[in-house]
Amino acid sequence: MRKLASTILLASGLAIAGAMSVQAGTLVINANTSDPGPKQAFEELVERFEAANPDVDVELNIFDHEGFKTTVRNFLTSQQPDIITWFAGNRMKTFVDRDLLEDVSDVWQDNGLDTTFASSKSALTIDGKQYGVPYSYYQWGVYYRQDIFDDLGLSVPATWDEFMAVNATLKENGVTPITIGTKFLWTAAGWFDYLNVRINGLDFHLDVAAGNVPYTDDRVRAVFAKWQELLDSGYFIENHASYSWQEAQAFMFQGDAAMYLIGNFFVPFFPEDLADSISFFPFPVIDPSVAIYEDAPTDTVHIPKGAQNKEDARKFLAFIAQADNQAEINKLLGTLPPNSEAPIGDDRFLQAGFELLNSAAGTAQFYDRDTDPEMAKIGMQGFQEFMVKPDRLDAILERLEKARQRIYG
Amino acid sequence: MADLTAAQPTLGLTVHLSFVERNQKWMAPAVFLAPALFMFLVFVVNPIIQSIAVSLTEWDGLGPKEFIGLDNYRELFDDPVFYTAIRNNIIWLVLFMLAPAAGLAIALFLNQKVLGIRLVKSLFFFPFVISSVVVGLVFAWFYDPNFGILGRVLEGIGLEAIPVLSDENWVTYGIIVAALWPQVAYTMILYLTGLNNLNPEVIEAGRIDGAKGWSMLWNVILPQLRPATFIAVVVTVIGALRSFDLVAVMTAGGPFSSSTVLAYYMFEQSIFNFRMGYGAAIATVLFVIMGVYIAFFLWRMLREEH
Repeated sequence: MRKLASTILLASGLAIAGAMSVQAGTLVINANTSDPGPKQAFEELVERFEAANPDVDVELNIFDHEGFKTTVRNFLTSQQPDIITWFAGNRMKTFVDRDLLEDVSDVWQDNGLDTTFASSKSALTIDGKQYGVPYSYYQWGVYYRQDIFDDLGLSVPATWDEFMAVNATLKENGVTPITIGTKFLWTAAGWFDYLNVRINGLDFHLDVAAGNVPYTDDRVRAVFAKWQELLDSGYFIENHASYSWQEAQAFMFQGDAAMYLIGNFFVPFFPEDLADSISFFPFPVIDPSVAIYEDAPTDTVHIPKGAQNKEDARKFLAFIAQADNQAEINKLLGTLPPNSEAPIGDDRFLQAGFELLNSAAGTAQFYDRDTDPEMAKIGMQGFQEFMVKPDRLDAILERLEKARQRIYG
Repeated sequence: MADLTAAQPTLGLTVHLSFVERNQKWMAPAVFLAPALFMFLVFVVNPIIQSIAVSLTEWDGLGPKEFIGLDNYRELFDDPVFYTAIRNNIIWLVLFMLAPAAGLAIALFLNQKVLGIRLVKSLFFFPFVISSVVVGLVFAWFYDPNFGILGRVLEGIGLEAIPVLSDENWVTYGIIVAALWPQVAYTMILYLTGLNNLNPEVIEAGRIDGAKGWSMLWNVILPQLRPATFIAVVVTVIGALRSFDLVAVMTAGGPFSSSTVLAYYMFEQSIFNFRMGYGAAIATVLFVIMGVYIAFFLWRMLREEH
């Protein structure tokens, strides 16, 4: 017991450690940008900020991306940093509801963000006030090995039937069609999101995420039925529950798998010799009568309510919102700048992603950002279990429904 | 102390004792125990009471606490994952008992005077020095069905690779094997020190009486190793009940909660699902289980002392 308690204490202690040595003129930033690209982007951003504000001394603490999701609660309720990275939508609302984030509507007004960030404003607005500034967003889609497709004479599938045909051909030729790593659960939610918006549309999907629809509803079952078509044919890699999303990349890079439904943050991981062989296509259409919707998660920065140095924190928010900085960091992140005046990187994935999201009839954040955090965890555990044991579908859906009733009841 | 001489009854006269001196018998232990007792109350008893109190509420760790009586327990006893966790805790407890046995075997094997045996002993002790997080990561790679050694070896002898950590039937055993590795080293060290303290005369006497091999081990050596066995079993039981770190590192309780144990399930509910009350209810159950074990243990120990 005590050992356990100390483990937890240690975890929270590590989170607070960064915020301990704070003096006036210091701006403490706790960020979740632990992958190489995002890490470099934030380090360079901080350097530029310090150059522009010589009197401010920035202390940048970078946390593991997965671990940050839990440690953030520790430092929001104890020693609060001046800036945190976080996610728009329900994830942000969870903290705003508990009065943990600063209202930064003034930063929006003073810097004219209402016009430059018009497209993402709603995701950061609660009751007419803004609680953060977005710094990147990105598209999701199917990344695939174009060289393998070319070798087998395959073309990009636009519909579900074409997609299934592509899968079948790949499988016949000894290539597992789809790679995925579900150890940390959320990758499976990408499939749920896309199948749901393609079959039932965005409004229904957001209704599910908001807890208004039973998980045992026939329309939700239709999503799992489509999913099961892929599972029954063995189109996903085996043992995906053993791997993180990064580990699952190896199958695609080695040519054992050909496709990966993932976000554009995947691009910086391409090995050099494959960079030109990997391409991207939008998730295929299942029901032509349903408009095309996409997942476009938005990453954000916020000021905790109890921050010591809110003045410099506001400067930092304004700084990260500038078009040139947005362009610069998103080039390194491999994502899109939410600021409409920022030029988009000339990378083909960014260009394609921008076009995709611009022409979409609407966007969702992501299952674990649109729904209640606890529901998200239980839901994604269910998705993972379903992918391993599809025959347990009924028991899984009943479990999710029970959780939904308890959480939203 | 200076008063010691004054306290001695000289010349047969009764000496008047001060209050402190009269009450020394109970005050001295009380004073010496006070700091430890204080710490114990504040940092051990108090959190226990607090966490039992939290278990009667619904609380997300940030907002207000809401008193809901025994609802958390009611839900817990209807929660299939809770029973999975208890079952896994029992599997841990049973299989962890292999550690003292294996530790004894290795200690007997290493307890000989050969050139370089010290080096060999320290190599066997090595796993216990490694952080359990590293042990978990190394074993996770070892078990990897596509790139790990285990899979390759199994394929080499014509079997199919087992995805140990993503198969709900294997996963708990896989983690326990990883946990046994350092635990065996720990019990081995306990037995090695025990073997150093054997009484050579007793062994000599046993030899004269014709004991050798198994009968020597069973009737002469093991009884002398009882203190070591005692400690080894205690640390092993505690190690099994508090198993958490390897579960967290290797599987995070997955796949779909099939490898979770009470300690990890508590952590998952409180920290990931933000249900402090529910987590505290699980902690309370774990506390009761440990309490029963410790009470039984103390009862046996006291009985043997009498």
